[in-house]
Amino acid sequence: MSTLLDIKNLSTHFNTSAGTIKAVNDVSFELREGETLGLVGESGCGKSVTALSIMRLVPSPPGRIVSGDVIFQGQNLLKISEAEMQNVRGRDIGMIFQEPMTSLNPVLSIGRQLREPLELHLGMTKQQSLSRSSELLELVGIPDPATRLKTFPHQTSGGQRQRIMIAMALSCEPKLLIADEATTALDVTIQAQILEIIKDLTDRLGTSVIIITHNLGVVARYADSVNVMYAGKLRESGSLDQVYKEPKHPYTVGLLNSVPTLDLDADVRLQPIRGEIPNLIDLPKGCAFIDRCDYAGQKCEESEPELEEVEDAHFGACWEHKRVSKSLLGITS
Amino acid sequence: MTTTTANSTKDEAISNTQSPLLEIRNLKVHFPVTEGFIIQRQVGVIKAVDGVNLSVNPGETLGLVGESGSGKTTIGRAILKLENATEGQILLNGEDITKSTGNRLRDFRRRLGMVFQDPFGSLNPRMSAGNLVGEPLKIHGLTTTKSDYKRRVAELLKIVGLNSMMAGRYPHEFSGGQRQRIGVARALAAKPDVMVLDEPVSALDVSIQAQVINLIKDLQTEFGLAYIFIAHDLSVVRNISDRVAVMYLGKIVEIGSRDDIYNHPKHPYTQALLSAVPTANPELERNRERIVLEGDIPSPLNPPSGCVFRTRCPLATKECSTQVPELQSVSGNHRAACIKGDWYKSDSSEHESVSEEA
Repeated sequence: MSTLLDIKNLSTHFNTSAGTIKAVNDVSFELREGETLGLVGESGCGKSVTALSIMRLVPSPPGRIVSGDVIFQGQNLLKISEAEMQNVRGRDIGMIFQEPMTSLNPVLSIGRQLREPLELHLGMTKQQSLSRSSELLELVGIPDPATRLKTFPHQTSGGQRQRIMIAMALSCEPKLLIADEATTALDVTIQAQILEIIKDLTDRLGTSVIIITHNLGVVARYADSVNVMYAGKLRESGSLDQVYKEPKHPYTVGLLNSVPTLDLDADVRLQPIRGEIPNLIDLPKGCAFIDRCDYAGQKCEESEPELEEVEDAHFGACWEHKRVSKSLLGITS
Repeated sequence: MTTTTANSTKDEAISNTQSPLLEIRNLKVHFPVTEGFIIQRQVGVIKAVDGVNLSVNPGETLGLVGESGSGKTTIGRAILKLENATEGQILLNGEDITKSTGNRLRDFRRRLGMVFQDPFGSLNPRMSAGNLVGEPLKIHGLTTTKSDYKRRVAELLKIVGLNSMMAGRYPHEFSGGQRQRIGVARALAAKPDVMVLDEPVSALDVSIQAQVINLIKDLQTEFGLAYIFIAHDLSVVRNISDRVAVMYLGKIVEIGSRDDIYNHPKHPYTQALLSAVPTANPELERNRERIVLEGDIPSPLNPPSGCVFRTRCPLATKECSTQVPELQSVSGNHRAACIKGDWYKSDSSEHESVSEEA
């Protein structure tokens, strides 16, 4: 499989009156064709800003892509003109946002919004785009699509709206789909429906997917590989099994031990990560995770560890990665 | 505190030897839907809670799960009389809350605490952490002197893991997790017997979520509190609950001990819910079969006839649209409401399911 997206040393900063926030700080990763990548982390870790940087949708000011390259199908998206970028958005890269109510236009009918990318990017006539929109809605499991096209976003439920967003994002059969917390606001049974639809359609079209979420379960079910972000940087990256079974960063270990799961002993005591996320304006000199880390030593205080390959295609950014291990929760005692 | 011995008696309480601390009998909370500007007429009714029986024993945690619109939050609010019950009784130590007013209601509310979902919206931004935590003490007249009040506020902050030096700070100076700790301290202040926790951790990041869950568990052990833990996250509910009730469209569809519900779910809705939860274990996920329900939860304005779940149920047949399933015992206190279940006696003349014997 060839590389579809290659991000090199991407940095996106936000200038505020209190100082510069390095929301994305020297992030590099690759995505192959047909691959599904999970980008996980807690609020403020930079996962959404990474996605917005790929799409060149970072609000500016205060945000600014400071450096780096986003190579998509051999083209550097950060170097092309805004007009060219508009052709990439929607046609080559589709995006689904967390809150479908705010990402759909409330005063335009659903049909009108679905037709827009079809007419704009694929040059369809009104007749063609109408019938295609109807097909798309059927594809994402919306009953009676012809009537639904005439309705407005407020007349549909949250799950339906998110389906419409998927139909819209996939309408031009993009090469890459970015789902930013696409199911976070939904109930579990609806979440399962939506994720199954995304998986089914992207498998069929051979689309690569970046799933951005804080839910480690969703990633375990749908992704092929995982990137873990913390305080603006990638801290660990590898295949699903590598990261979940043998995490090499204490933060990943902490995340895995913090969530209760249905397969572990019900009475197990959760092992939270102590403390809170550091202030991004005033990060510690060494490793940003140092104040919450059980493994922290002298070296961690002095310099920031870089991402290094700890085993085949498994990367971790921790000086102490050899000592880091996932204590087998629930199986002890 | 009345329930200091709760922990030692917890197991006995579950095995039916003690009268329940809180009992809900045939609770209905209906909201009228009106139309018209000056002359309003009622055009429908939303049955948010429709005939629910529940009980909570001292020191026990009852988990209440279901999707949005299932009525779980309305039950929580009705217990504190933040919503008025349309019908039915809510008994705290045998006394009915639903009819009480004035001082009696105030006394009831002292014995009940509530922690809300949104740590940003549930704290008054103009009150300091100390005042927020101390307000219940003043309202219920629980401290007599100023120094006593100060000591108690500091103590409460310390119990929930905050520094008593933080008493002078305002909500915006705290993080989400810290704010939720203030919410817990406030609920604890008047030494309640029962605490209603409505989605207390769902707004928090995972690493902070685990901190608050552990705090809630520790407080129960320390003070022998009974909890009604309302959440949509089934993994969190499993971690914290002794018994679990699963709700759908205003009704309980299954109730039982934690192991009954999670290891031997009987109702097709419970089974679908459990299979929909993704687990952070890639190996397990690869081999797991899952039931994906079709469609959305129906409008509570116009619920389906017969079984409320039948429109999304993989097992539904014609009979389901005419027969309203009752909660019937699967084994012991494990009850489920599905006429397709092999335990279900469709011609049972005795309506044993009406009262729930804890």
